[in-house]
Amino acid sequence: MKIQFVLNGKKITAEAEPSTTLYTFLRDLGCLSVKCGCETANCGLCTVLLDGKSVLSCSVLAGRVDGSEVCTLEGLQQEAEELGGFLAAEGGEQCGFCSPGFLMNAIAMLREWKEPDEESIKEYMAGNLCRCSGYMSQLRALTKYVAYKKEGH
Amino acid sequence: MIQARNYVKAESIQQAYELNQNRGTQIVAGMLWLKMGKRTKTTLLDLSGLELSYIRENEEEFSIGAMTTLRDLETHPALNEVFDGVFRECTKHIVGVQFRNLATIGGSVFGRFGFSDILTCLLALDTYVEFFHEGMVPLAEFAKRTPSVKERDLLLRIVIKKDGRKAAYQSQRLTKTDFPQIAVCVAKKEETWFVSVGARPERAECIQLTDSGDVAAMAAKAAASFSYRSNLRASEEYRKALTQVYGKRAMCQILEGDQG
Repeated sequence: MKIQFVLNGKKITAEAEPSTTLYTFLRDLGCLSVKCGCETANCGLCTVLLDGKSVLSCSVLAGRVDGSEVCTLEGLQQEAEELGGFLAAEGGEQCGFCSPGFLMNAIAMLREWKEPDEESIKEYMAGNLCRCSGYMSQLRALTKYVAYKKEGH
Repeated sequence: MIQARNYVKAESIQQAYELNQNRGTQIVAGMLWLKMGKRTKTTLLDLSGLELSYIRENEEEFSIGAMTTLRDLETHPALNEVFDGVFRECTKHIVGVQFRNLATIGGSVFGRFGFSDILTCLLALDTYVEFFHEGMVPLAEFAKRTPSVKERDLLLRIVIKKDGRKAAYQSQRLTKTDFPQIAVCVAKKEETWFVSVGARPERAECIQLTDSGDVAAMAAKAAASFSYRSNLRASEEYRKALTQVYGKRAMCQILEGDQG
């Protein structure tokens, strides 16, 4: 079936099978930042923004995005770069496999809440698992990033 | 993962209803539970274009479209204000924000899953479900029906009456985003308590108690009213003990709210 949608700001028309997941569809379109971890909708590795909301691309059928707008990390390089710097500085990257999904959900959170406190960050990011268990480093990175932005940077 | 030959984005409720009369059709809501199975269907029927994602309020009730996401329930100010934050409390532990941005109230209710926090919460309130063909049915009645492939009606919306109930929600999990070991929602209207318990691990049921003024005794009576079963997450005995504890806590929370 033919799917027309906006991917990272560009209009795209592509073919997909009825059972193709958005995750596979996006990878086939070259968005390799989108990773697949658990395939049970638990780990958050495959997080993308669908019409501005963070969703698990392993659990969305490609057909659902017809007429919608999808953002992957490839389309948010600038927004992610600064936050990614904080993540690296705090040792929150480690193996890096969960970083794209983590950054996507963190960006969604920071668009929704300008100054989340520590508890809010923990709650919002609960759906992003890190196989290196770097949760404290990730929390430090986000907390410091929020404080940095609060200073007007 | 589910396999299918066709993908149809329904353009009208009538069209969706007609397509769904074929057993080869599978309705796709949030896809989260559906994707866990290995089924082959003729047609995947996507309801996302039917404008069934809404929360509307009037003086008497909240009307919630079947495709409304759990995240919408969690963050809706009026819904949480009227029902004392139970929707925020019963949804916030469900996996993650990305999951709750997909999972729908219709999928949770229609599935009648034993682990469902949503069904547990809704049963303690004065809730109805509206189907395209059957019309309005009390949720308690629908929840008792055994899910079957013969059910081919379309769930359109969930209606929660604003009947003045005060409510509180409590649950316990082995880890933060896991299924609950037990889920308890308590509501109070005048002298009647409504106690709904899910994840026993059977699907939620709700009982009513007349206020005796003795919270501990009422919580014990409520806990004794349900059947429980053991599984990997908790034993039958533990679940019963948890129900008594969380039932009492929820009752105290409501009474403290009344005083405050």
